[in-house]
Amino acid sequence: MYQYDEYDRALVLERVAQFRDQIERRLNDELSEEEFLPLRLQNGLYLQKHAYMLRVAIPYGTLSSEQMRTLAHIARHYDRDYGHFTTRQNIQFNWIELEQVGDILERLAEVEMHAIQTSGNCVRNITTEAFAGVAADELLDPRPLAEILRQWSTVNPEFLYLPRKFKIAICSAEQDRAAIMMHDIGLYLYRDEAGELLLRVMVGGGLGRTPILAQQVREALPWRHLLSYVEAILRVFNRHGRRDNKYKARIKILVKALGVEAFAREVEEEWQHIKDGPAELTEAEYQRVAAFFAPPAYAVLDDTDLGYGSALARNPAFARWVERNVQAHKVPGYASVVLSTKPGPAAPPGDVTSAQMEGIAELAERYGFGEIRIAHEQNVVLPDVRKSDLHALWQRAGELGLAAPNVGLLTDIIACPGGDYCSLANAKSIPIAQAIQQRFADLDHLHDLGELSLNISGCMNACAHHHLGNIGILGVDKNGSEWYQVTIGGAQGKAAALGKVIGPSFDAAQIPEVIERLVDTFLAYREGDEPFVDTVQRIGLEPFKERVYRQAEVPA
Amino acid sequence: MNNLIKLGEGGARIVADDPWSWVREAAEPLPDGPLLLPLALWRARQSAEVLAGRADTRDGVWLAPDDEPEELAPWLAGLPLIALEFPSFRDGRAYSQAYLLRTRLGWQGELRAVGDVLRDQLSHMRQCGFDAFAVREDKPALDALKGLTGISVLYGRSVLEPRPLFRRRIGVDEEE
Repeated sequence: MYQYDEYDRALVLERVAQFRDQIERRLNDELSEEEFLPLRLQNGLYLQKHAYMLRVAIPYGTLSSEQMRTLAHIARHYDRDYGHFTTRQNIQFNWIELEQVGDILERLAEVEMHAIQTSGNCVRNITTEAFAGVAADELLDPRPLAEILRQWSTVNPEFLYLPRKFKIAICSAEQDRAAIMMHDIGLYLYRDEAGELLLRVMVGGGLGRTPILAQQVREALPWRHLLSYVEAILRVFNRHGRRDNKYKARIKILVKALGVEAFAREVEEEWQHIKDGPAELTEAEYQRVAAFFAPPAYAVLDDTDLGYGSALARNPAFARWVERNVQAHKVPGYASVVLSTKPGPAAPPGDVTSAQMEGIAELAERYGFGEIRIAHEQNVVLPDVRKSDLHALWQRAGELGLAAPNVGLLTDIIACPGGDYCSLANAKSIPIAQAIQQRFADLDHLHDLGELSLNISGCMNACAHHHLGNIGILGVDKNGSEWYQVTIGGAQGKAAALGKVIGPSFDAAQIPEVIERLVDTFLAYREGDEPFVDTVQRIGLEPFKERVYRQAEVPA
Repeated sequence: MNNLIKLGEGGARIVADDPWSWVREAAEPLPDGPLLLPLALWRARQSAEVLAGRADTRDGVWLAPDDEPEELAPWLAGLPLIALEFPSFRDGRAYSQAYLLRTRLGWQGELRAVGDVLRDQLSHMRQCGFDAFAVREDKPALDALKGLTGISVLYGRSVLEPRPLFRRRIGVDEEE
């Protein structure tokens, strides 16, 4: 894991002091709310329906057991004993007092954490996939470049007041688990035949009101030019992105308005001025950062473990969990484990209590190297577990309520906090998720359905990426009441696709039945073991619409 | 302009008797003393000699955020002052304009921030090459002075510090 040096430490501590002063000036009315707003947003502080919400950065979703314990401490002492993991691999605390924020940030700084640029119109947390460094299908560990980008984008004076928020993701595996196509900049890292490290640069992805997948602006960019190329993109965006309408201010709108070729030309022209300048990365810097991500001291193990094999044979519940929640590892004898934060109606997706956080920290130390990842699906990953320990870990995770065997299945719902917390939301998300989870509580049925992602966003800002869900649910406002629009056919990864709306929206009570009908249609038309999204692609929307709207269920 | 902070060799100072008048639109009669003019008006008032880049001018230029700094290139040697506007402190276009003027176009004279210029953004403006700050009239310049310092660590690069931190770290061999 990356560890702070004196520069990192100084920056974070000075930022805490600076923000403490800004809070104090707000409390004294020296700063108006309007003046304070962008300052607090740049430090992850939102004003929600009931209280302030603090979003703490978990750079590229990686944290240590000690950091997780600190998050537990904050949840217990400054919040209501829980936190919420987000789709950007961060954590949010929902019940924060403004007066306590300085103390919280100071506590976080002690374990090398902060809330810098987790919101606001600036470069946000750099994300990658939760299995970076350990996935069997990975070409290269993307985290050294993610960390280099994190540093470069942190308090970068030219780019703190962009037209709109700016999200960058980087990935380097066969499967794109970082959803790079829906980012303002999506970077794909690979090697050419000569072994040179190259980047494919995609720009202009994003969800929200105008969902668009990113388009390629550059192929085969040598990695040393990463910073100058991103700088060129940001400068073009900062100068020319729209500022007259918040809903048209993301870079995707600029790319669309200019056309990707013209946009790419602008970027190339800007880049020509800076590409061979001091922003060019050095091998020494790459090696310095990469050393922090060197693999831990793995034991030399057989890839098969007798005890594990017999536990699988003996215990179908364990085998089911392994089938869904355990991922292949690049080192023989090891696996990566996904702890599901979606136990069903008992807890909202992504919510984890302080006791669970402490339990996770303990599991990471006992069965791993003390490292933890947050997946953008809002689950928690233990990246390095010996296969021989999986059974014991499963039992302990079960006691903690973190062993739901549903990763990638319909109840592994991705949901934003929705109208229960968020002042932007049109509608609630959590009760909808819970009602669906209740309806699909039967595990055999759930497993028979296979891979099926379901995403619920409480408004057009699309924090839960509903466009990319195989089934997407979007909260909409109709004359002051809460309605839900349903899309199907969305997908993430390299075959990313945006879901299509099936028809008029529904009220909350109808949703479980609508989902059931969608699923029944799928089962009626499914060929072999094909996943839901393939059936949708094969047969189109009509059979689904027909079944869902068959009776007089459609609201007028 | 009053309520002005200027950087100089002795550090930052508050200027109470700044002679410049910011003319936002063509108005008759124009104020006395040196004028800060929008680009179109500035151009209209210059002699052929100035426009040909062969003479200095007394008039400063004010660029709106959607003006292109590159347009000033022919006249930079003869200009007394360039001002960039922040119509709102949330509008960051002038940071990039400042970068271009200082780093690409080589502007060495005074670069003044005007408009919604507030304490909490001054350190960013300074990093991007501004050396004069016309603080919004209702805010005390003395208080805004505290915003000039900012955070001591800059990971990336800026006009003031063109090399990113990875080239400035102690122990880094520049000739890699």
